[in-house]
Amino acid sequence: MTKLSTKHLLGIKELTADDIHLILHTAENFKEVINRPIKKVPSLRDITIANLFFENSTRTKLSFELAEKRLSADVVNFSSGSSSVKKGETLIDTVNNILAMKVDMVVMRHPNPGAAVFLSKHIDAKIINAGDGAHEHPTQALLDAFSIKEKLGSIKGKKIAIIGDILHSRVALSNIFCLQKLGAEVMVCGPTTLMPKYIHSLGVKVEHDLRKALEWCDVANMLRIQLERQDIKFFPSLREYTMLFGLNKDLLDSLSKKIVVMHPGPINRGVEITSDVADSAQSIILEQVENGVAVRMAVLFLLAGRA
Amino acid sequence: MKPRIILDSKLLDITVTRLCYQLIEIHNDFQNTVIIGLQPRGTFLASRIHKKLQEILKRKDIKYGSLDTTFYRDDFRQKELVPNATSIDFIIEGKNVILVDDVLFTGRTIRAGLDAMLAFGRPNDVELLVLIDRRLSRHLPIQAKYIGKVIDSIASEKVKVEWKETDGADKVTLLSND
Repeated sequence: MTKLSTKHLLGIKELTADDIHLILHTAENFKEVINRPIKKVPSLRDITIANLFFENSTRTKLSFELAEKRLSADVVNFSSGSSSVKKGETLIDTVNNILAMKVDMVVMRHPNPGAAVFLSKHIDAKIINAGDGAHEHPTQALLDAFSIKEKLGSIKGKKIAIIGDILHSRVALSNIFCLQKLGAEVMVCGPTTLMPKYIHSLGVKVEHDLRKALEWCDVANMLRIQLERQDIKFFPSLREYTMLFGLNKDLLDSLSKKIVVMHPGPINRGVEITSDVADSAQSIILEQVENGVAVRMAVLFLLAGRA
Repeated sequence: MKPRIILDSKLLDITVTRLCYQLIEIHNDFQNTVIIGLQPRGTFLASRIHKKLQEILKRKDIKYGSLDTTFYRDDFRQKELVPNATSIDFIIEGKNVILVDDVLFTGRTIRAGLDAMLAFGRPNDVELLVLIDRRLSRHLPIQAKYIGKVIDSIASEKVKVEWKETDGADKVTLLSND
């Protein structure tokens, strides 16, 4: 395997296991690059990339921008807050206008599920999905897989629990696809109201008791409660959610083995995870952020290399 | 045409030994000199030379690293290339660097290697060592200082360098395409 089976990165669902292995292998080499005194390579010096963010983001946006700059690509940034989208321009018009300025790749985050797929059908540029609504967030899943592999040596046969707001989480969906393709066992855990209706069709274990989920798993991926996507009440109060599904140090220390704790960020400290857990030796949250740049470099490099 | 053997294991060993003595002639005790093998295939030769030099000089501290050029290549969009590991755990600032590759063909790998190397500092002096120099096929003005064997070949032919470590035997062959 020396090239990806796809022209765009729209979701993990479209990738093969070989694609994922190729991306993770390439990312290992980029991780070495970003730890050098000179962190930049000239690979994409003839490529222009537009970062289109129709939804707020800190980590993903910065991470993509750093990845692009370390590959020597030219970068243009766009956020919907300060643009003509506010004046009523459609998505295709906005993107076509940007492409008319000769852009080769588009990295897009959008609040609507399927926005990246839609764009890939109408636009002649390589599209990377940086999160589309509650659908997929492929680069997050890839960097999570990279971080687990780095920490535990392999992913095959490992048990990973994804805990929290599964219903609104694109990270959960992409992670489930990615980890299953790599041969891991996946469990989701959260309140019944925050489970998607068709969760069983994904072939994951479902658990509603946090302690049982933690006792079962090797890695716990704690998700944020996405209040901005919750237009109705899904649980009585945040305090009650924290009591039942929040991970604290006492609970972590009472487990029979040392599990790895992950979080895709942004963290709501004291809600899904307490500060002492987030900052503990078992947490790899900051490693995830570092690996994010390497993984995104790998994705950009491999897609750019594809004719 | 049948594959033609250019170097068998005995000749290859003699050639590597000769290259080592040529290096010692110029670099004495390797106090300020480092060896860098280019990934993927140059590293085998580099590690051979490194090992042999340590034997001859009875030293254990000659610095040696491997360098991947994939991210610096100008043709990565025409060919599919998979990167290999780079491991250079020293700074090459002010050092004399001997770049090592198995076959010098168009010179493009070496061009990329020179670029990639600069991410680890500004060397004092850079020399190129190759096992096989295909002297009629250069695309860039690049020449090796230490050469195992010069051969005349046309572009459609292929030089295959095999090592005991991965391929079972030490051998260099010239393969023609037809």
